[in-house]
Amino acid sequence: MSEFLEAFFSWEILSEAWPILLSGFYQTLLLSVIVIPLGVAGGLLLAILSTAKSRWVRWPLIAYVDVFRALPPLVLLVFVYAGLPFAGLEVSAIGAVAIGFFLNTGAYYGEIFRAGLESVPAGQREAARALGLGRAQIMGLVVLPQAVRNVLPDLVSNTLEVVKLTSIASVVAMPELLFQARQAQSVTYNATPIMAAAVVYFLLLWPLVRLLSRLENKQLAGRR
Amino acid sequence: MSNWDKFTDSFFNARVAEQYLPKIIEGFWLTILLAGCVIATGLLAGLVLAVLRAMGFRPLNWLIIFVVDLFRALPPLVNIVLIFFGLPGMGLEFSGFAAAWLALSLVLMAFAEEIYWAGITSVPKGQWEASRSLGLPFLVTFLVVIMPQAIRLVIPPLTNRTIAITKGTALASVVAVPEILGAAQAGVSFSFNPTPLTLGAAAYLVLFLPVVVLGRWVETRFAWKR
Repeated sequence: MSEFLEAFFSWEILSEAWPILLSGFYQTLLLSVIVIPLGVAGGLLLAILSTAKSRWVRWPLIAYVDVFRALPPLVLLVFVYAGLPFAGLEVSAIGAVAIGFFLNTGAYYGEIFRAGLESVPAGQREAARALGLGRAQIMGLVVLPQAVRNVLPDLVSNTLEVVKLTSIASVVAMPELLFQARQAQSVTYNATPIMAAAVVYFLLLWPLVRLLSRLENKQLAGRR
Repeated sequence: MSNWDKFTDSFFNARVAEQYLPKIIEGFWLTILLAGCVIATGLLAGLVLAVLRAMGFRPLNWLIIFVVDLFRALPPLVNIVLIFFGLPGMGLEFSGFAAAWLALSLVLMAFAEEIYWAGITSVPKGQWEASRSLGLPFLVTFLVVIMPQAIRLVIPPLTNRTIAITKGTALASVVAVPEILGAAQAGVSFSFNPTPLTLGAAAYLVLFLPVVVLGRWVETRFAWKR
């Protein structure tokens, strides 16, 4: 038992690794604050564009969304980070993360917003137009607020996934939480830093998971 | 060499492609094997947890809810790293494949349990009571009465979640499993040319694009009429 504690919950190693882990934690938060708005903006743009009537606009957008939902995010990230320098484009780790995440999460957010926009009855647009609202006003004041409400659980769920996904940035040597934990683990040859990182992730995201469960149950109750 | 030639020579180099295609194809089959293992154990374990939760034994339910929340909150890569680099400290050695299999199965188990459970609670209580008054035992009620009614609600989210988690097999490259991404990265570092990555991306598209399109179809096919 004491051997187990020593390998996973060593106080000594934790106090030594804590400053590095903390800096990794801030880096994870920073990454999330960068990539979530990027993905939401990209997704919103995709969804609004795909309400176009012309199929020459809609079909390429569907293809774009499906392609970037089919590629694992880590593959996109490695492709951008390790591939683009060969094309003469040097990207920093954070640049690669921003591009890779934008392509992947933008597609997911886009699909969610599209479902939301489709869930708003056509009568809402017609009524808004009858009142003399302009196109931007109809979208921003009438359709979008209802759309967002209808898909709120999916939006929260995807945001949770994006925060979790920032851990793959460790693969391109971004010094976020998981990367720092692995550095500390390989130096100390002890699993405590990784265990600590897991606990930090859990404490950070558990409230969001609970909130999500409640939102999903509420949505389900509405359908019964 | 013009810029265009340089570009095609980097990303679509026929000589490099020919050399590394067999490795990528091996990786392709390994990805399918890993994905199949994860789907089988993950969905089954999730179902077992949902059945146990339906029995309504309080302390057990709290434990199940905690485990489900835990694996919904932890990033899959953290699970893989913890199992592969952490557990050996306890004397438990895992191969990269086994670590990825276990880690992703736990994640799929958690999400699947949550979705099954949502489906189960969507079936009115009267169904349970009616079955009991007919003398059906618990497991028969669950499998023959409740599940068939719940499954319609369960299939679209379960399909999408399964696809998303299956794509996580690429994470196994971090613990040196030579699946598609692992094989492609090895190819890049040997040939110093990114063509294997292009092949790898193409292999993922071949594998997952039909699945994503299928998921889209399932979503409309089982859509709830409002």
